[in-house]
Amino acid sequence: MDSTKNTDVLDLANLYKDSVKADDRPGFSGFIIAKEKLFDIAKDLRDKYGYDYLSCVSGVDYPETNSMEVVYHAYRSSGGSALVFKTQVERVDPMEVPSLISIWPGVDLQEREIWDLFGIKFAGHPDLRRILMWEGFEGHPMRKDWKEAFYEEEAKPLKSRWPDGNHKYAEAKAAYGDNINFEAGFDPEKWTPTDPEEALYSALKKYQTEDVDGIKTDHLLINMGPQHPSTHGVFRAVVILDGEEIVSLKPVMGYLHRNHEKIGERNTFLQNIPFTDRLDYFNSMYSAWGYSLAVERLLGLAVPERAEYIRVIFGEMSRIQNHLILFGMLWNDLGAYFTPALYAFEERELMLDIFEAVSGSRMMCNYHRFGGVVRDIDPASMQKIKELVYERLPRKIEEFDRLLSENEIFVSRMKGIGYLSPEDCLAYSVSGPTLRAAGIPYDIRRAEPYGVYDRFEFDIPLRYNSDLLDRYLVRIDEIKQSVRILQQALRDIPEGPVLTGKPSYQIKVPAGETYGRVEAPKGELGYYVVSNGKGNPYRYKIRTPSFVNVTSVEKMCVGTKIADFVTILGMVDIVLGEVDR
Amino acid sequence: MYGIGLIKGLSVTLNRFVESYTEDIRWLVKRYAKVDFRSSKDAKGTFTIEYPEQQLNIPEEFRFTPFLVYDEGENGEKNIRCTSCGICAKACPPQCIWIVRTVDPATGRPQPQPAEFYIDADICMNCGFCAEFCPFDAIKMNHDFEQSSYTRNLKNKEILLQPASYYANIRPLNYAKEEAARAEKAAAKAAAKA
Repeated sequence: MDSTKNTDVLDLANLYKDSVKADDRPGFSGFIIAKEKLFDIAKDLRDKYGYDYLSCVSGVDYPETNSMEVVYHAYRSSGGSALVFKTQVERVDPMEVPSLISIWPGVDLQEREIWDLFGIKFAGHPDLRRILMWEGFEGHPMRKDWKEAFYEEEAKPLKSRWPDGNHKYAEAKAAYGDNINFEAGFDPEKWTPTDPEEALYSALKKYQTEDVDGIKTDHLLINMGPQHPSTHGVFRAVVILDGEEIVSLKPVMGYLHRNHEKIGERNTFLQNIPFTDRLDYFNSMYSAWGYSLAVERLLGLAVPERAEYIRVIFGEMSRIQNHLILFGMLWNDLGAYFTPALYAFEERELMLDIFEAVSGSRMMCNYHRFGGVVRDIDPASMQKIKELVYERLPRKIEEFDRLLSENEIFVSRMKGIGYLSPEDCLAYSVSGPTLRAAGIPYDIRRAEPYGVYDRFEFDIPLRYNSDLLDRYLVRIDEIKQSVRILQQALRDIPEGPVLTGKPSYQIKVPAGETYGRVEAPKGELGYYVVSNGKGNPYRYKIRTPSFVNVTSVEKMCVGTKIADFVTILGMVDIVLGEVDR
Repeated sequence: MYGIGLIKGLSVTLNRFVESYTEDIRWLVKRYAKVDFRSSKDAKGTFTIEYPEQQLNIPEEFRFTPFLVYDEGENGEKNIRCTSCGICAKACPPQCIWIVRTVDPATGRPQPQPAEFYIDADICMNCGFCAEFCPFDAIKMNHDFEQSSYTRNLKNKEILLQPASYYANIRPLNYAKEEAARAEKAAAKAAAKA
């Protein structure tokens, strides 16, 4: 057992003695690589040691040691635990670390995010622009010394609330219109969108005027969104078209940005749980799971058996309803207007009724706690779940299958569209059903099991064509497997408590770092949490599947028709609460 | 043959179409009882309900904004359970609870009574932490979700107060459990004294 563990984690410090040292801060793990050597070693990691999947890139600000850190979590697509490597840079502007975009193109948006929020430049990144904040915004909000407009204190609970809490509206302190700082020389009154838009448009493939038979052809630039019904929220894609064909595409996001991570640092550990519900609001049961997993690791807290089973039950129900929504909305985009969507909503509705009865809310469940769940499933709800899982769902999934899987119009819109090769899938850090539709059997429930998933018998659904139809079929299979897991979980669920220890609102978490990741319905959902031993997380970074999966949209779209963009984006399955955070 | 898949799919739609009528006829007389059927595993036909005439049953654990519980005294006085300990204000994730503690004007010592209690219901995220961590069962989550208004929804102590009977009405199981625990505690205390 021990020997496998040793071979599993690569000892980088031994391999590269002069440029790598093990991270020996208490509670920390991984390796610190000198930034000059980062690129070469990263290349070796991919080519020599098989770490072909770079999952998460996080920035951390350490003003006490006058340094900034970039943390990478790399995995092997064959499974196993993470290789954590970091690089440090002195906290003096301009900060620069080498970009790894040519090794793992999937870091594209994540590196842009770190530049935007921390102000660390990535040398060699071809398109390093702000991504979540807007051009003209002053400062980098995730730095520890940056203060928001309604700033009161470093950390909650705020002292103004008790014992002298005379209510004041926040805008009395910082009035609307007066609560934003701009860069020097930036005047919002005189601002026109040309300058930053120029930077955006120049990132696209250049306009070309072709001269065929004396006819001049110009490419057409189209903005899909931010108010476009097919983008399912405020997502914008700028596309350049040659006729109907997409030549180049750039995603633009941040319209729903609220700096969730900064809020998370101000909050106490416990207060973050209801906030995670607001990330992927279709799957609040799963979002909170990833976070509790990370914090439980730091706390060294065991979860009671029954609670683990309850988490699985609600997690898998959440997966089923997430895929149903996706189908409904996708068919909506394809022109089967609202009939399939409402059929899909029926099953979802019944599940949400159960969520509501057990957790108290249909979508913002706030059900997980550190060391378990907040309350047990009541017998009536248990009965409902059983009826749903054993009787209704199998029947209804079959009906769904019959409704559209073979529909010729549907198939012709999906087959062969949006191809992404398995190599590209890994390189672009794609996760979730999209990865498995490319024939890569990577599922965190199997690759790095969490909870009690290792006790259930289920298959990882696989398809090999990596087109939209396969992504659809993989999800249908996944629903069937979820039902299978649910049936086993309902059969085996033991009696007992659902929470370890006494519920407490003040939780001190030992210093250290951790990365908790779960296979959320949309893909890999990871929480990188750093604690400094106080009641609030020092760093709270979320690697959301929607955000990282968007990186590959351009690759999938180029060469297809503009109408296919709608389907491709629909199949990537993004939710803007998670993309923009 | 081309078109088979289409016909297969349309047969599902047709089936549903017919069901929506047969079910409507079946529930014509007892249409308000249909809500229970609609939430069961056998639900079919029209799935939507006619709000506000028909309403889904609200489960006991459902939570909306918080309210304060008071016990009715013998002479009709309101004995507020809250001791203004401030735990709810500290646990609140969006920090929407504001409490002013009562101070005895003579001695300057704090008294276990809130002088003011505000909940900014526009900011409240309905998470239920305040009710979960209150050691005195003094703040509970309401079921009343029809709270739209033309103004900001800042609730003061007077608006927030509800009698314990109201609480027992909306959350009977929780209420019974808490009352039993309290009776047990009181009995243990009495036993310790004796």
